[in-house]
Amino acid sequence: MLKLETRNTPATRMQWVSPILALFLTVALGALLFALLGKPPVKALSMFFYEPIKSLYGLSELAVKAAPLILCALGLAICYRANVWNIGAEGQLLMGAVAAGGVAIAAPADAPRAYFVLVLLAGMAGGMVWAGLTAWLKDKFNANEILVSLMLTYVASNILIYLVFGPWRDPNGFNFPQSKVFEDVAMMPKLLQGTRIHWGFVLSLLAAGAAYVFVFRSYAGYQMQVGGLSPMAARYAGYSSRKALWGSLLTCGALAGLAGACEIAGPIGQLHTNVSPGYGFAAIIVAFVGRLHPITMILSAILMSMFYIGGELAQSRLGMPSAITGVFQGMLLFSLLVCDTFIHQKIVWKSSAKTASTLVLIPQKGA
Amino acid sequence: MDMMNAIAQLIANSINSGTPLLLAGLGLLLNEKAGVLNLGAEGIMAMGAVAGFAAASGAANPEAGLLAGAVVGAASAWFFSWFVVYLNTNQYATGLALSLFGVGLSAFVGQAYVGMSLVKDAVNGIPWLNQTPFVGEALFKQHYVVYCAVVLAVVLNYWLDKTRSGLTLRAVGESPESAHALGTPVRRLRMVALMAGGALCGLAGAYLSVIYTPLWADGMIAGRGWIALSITIFATWRPLRAIGGAYLFGGSTMLAFFLQAIGVDVPAQIINMLPFVMVVVVLAAMSRNVEWLRVNMPASLGKPFKP
Repeated sequence: MLKLETRNTPATRMQWVSPILALFLTVALGALLFALLGKPPVKALSMFFYEPIKSLYGLSELAVKAAPLILCALGLAICYRANVWNIGAEGQLLMGAVAAGGVAIAAPADAPRAYFVLVLLAGMAGGMVWAGLTAWLKDKFNANEILVSLMLTYVASNILIYLVFGPWRDPNGFNFPQSKVFEDVAMMPKLLQGTRIHWGFVLSLLAAGAAYVFVFRSYAGYQMQVGGLSPMAARYAGYSSRKALWGSLLTCGALAGLAGACEIAGPIGQLHTNVSPGYGFAAIIVAFVGRLHPITMILSAILMSMFYIGGELAQSRLGMPSAITGVFQGMLLFSLLVCDTFIHQKIVWKSSAKTASTLVLIPQKGA
Repeated sequence: MDMMNAIAQLIANSINSGTPLLLAGLGLLLNEKAGVLNLGAEGIMAMGAVAGFAAASGAANPEAGLLAGAVVGAASAWFFSWFVVYLNTNQYATGLALSLFGVGLSAFVGQAYVGMSLVKDAVNGIPWLNQTPFVGEALFKQHYVVYCAVVLAVVLNYWLDKTRSGLTLRAVGESPESAHALGTPVRRLRMVALMAGGALCGLAGAYLSVIYTPLWADGMIAGRGWIALSITIFATWRPLRAIGGAYLFGGSTMLAFFLQAIGVDVPAQIINMLPFVMVVVVLAAMSRNVEWLRVNMPASLGKPFKP
């Protein structure tokens, strides 16, 4: 019978084959799902994988949506490498948007053009405060960072909703829950006329480069990862786990906050309740699919961005609920987890009799 | 008298809104006692809620809805167990995948049910006792699932503490190696525990959509799965303490109505964030004393086991 057996050494090639296999598996499952729902599978899949890349505008939209995903995923990957299970990037993004929004709303129309830098910095600070709260509660009170960072996401989203319904609502906005449209000086310059692509995408690529240097070429990054792989070893080497906790969370907060700031000072241009369609959560998947590697995460972010655009297109053209994006996201992560098991294990053919005898013959200690 | 009435209502509403938290919390507690952390609770509850609503509206019978929720919960937990128990995938990542997938799938499937609502059955509660002034209003006018949840907590407490099978399950969560050496089928038990826990999470979701609201709306679980996970920590893995935690967190969501009833005006968003702030504060307060937390914490929580 077929059995899973642990490999002697993890298969390094599988590390990189697995995400690609997972993508194919997701596509296959997606086609199956569409067929079951009575939608033409090929047409539906083309919404996800062909429509977004067939025109310059489509490509630019891909970059627009990839930017916040890359930023959040970079931050999360640094946390996960340090074994800090921050899943609240969404909240950090929203608080970044709130802080940046506050600065942008306050912008005088005659401010210098570089005012938008202030907006972005405020966003980073907002995200850092929010992530720092998680770090503080973990450090000081030993509170589980998974639950705390997630709870704070709900708090952040309520703060944002409160502000745009209340104090920051546009007085001339016909009572819609949104802030006034930002002054031009608070907005990032556009990268390409006629598209929505903005400097946020460039910033995210630069951040990826910086994260690469930090993770693979810096002593601080090395210390942090040792702490993640083996807390005992890190302690023995004298690397501070507190520093890793604070460092990784603050970095993630800054990046996610920047993502939020870039969203409102880029494609959106004002503060409203739908600043993020769950970028912070999707970025968790981006981080895993990109193997927590700063450069390959760019690719997985673009893939995830395809899911977002595909979901929107499937909604507008095929009348499917946009929640299909979430289904695809979940399927991708499940597929990846299945494929990943073959990094450490392999399938072998074994007769059951032989399995029984090895159990008896090999003593526990030697195994 | 008006104030007393408002307080009785607050208690009754807290218990009612705490019940799904209690059901899911007990399910997760059971999982964790077997050594598995299920971060997919939010997704399982969402799927249970939509399945429950579909069945209840299709069969015009709330019990059918509750049953469907439990079955869907158990099925998705079976799926989850296949990953974390047999393939030894990372429990955190797999749970997150289940949450994202479940919330997405429920929104997808539930599209057809948005805007529909079920007939709210009259709830009589416990005869005679519900006639008592104040106490009757506060405690004894609830749906029967509310009382079942409390009984379940008591039974689970006894089972985990005093029976051989309960102790075996705990052994699986404390030291799967030892349990395995004694001939306990660790993986199978973990799978069964996960399915039972998943059934409870699914039931909790169905209670929300079939009895509590009773309607289906996108994102109606609204973080309750995560709050239920916090309850296991609040309860320090003791089923009876989960009752207090569930009603406390349930009550914090109900405070809004109470404040409105007594004429205090607070923005809705501030009220909405209250339960989450409270969970954070309580988590911090509870986790501070590591020794105390560790007494009942399953030693192998979150660690995969290979026989």
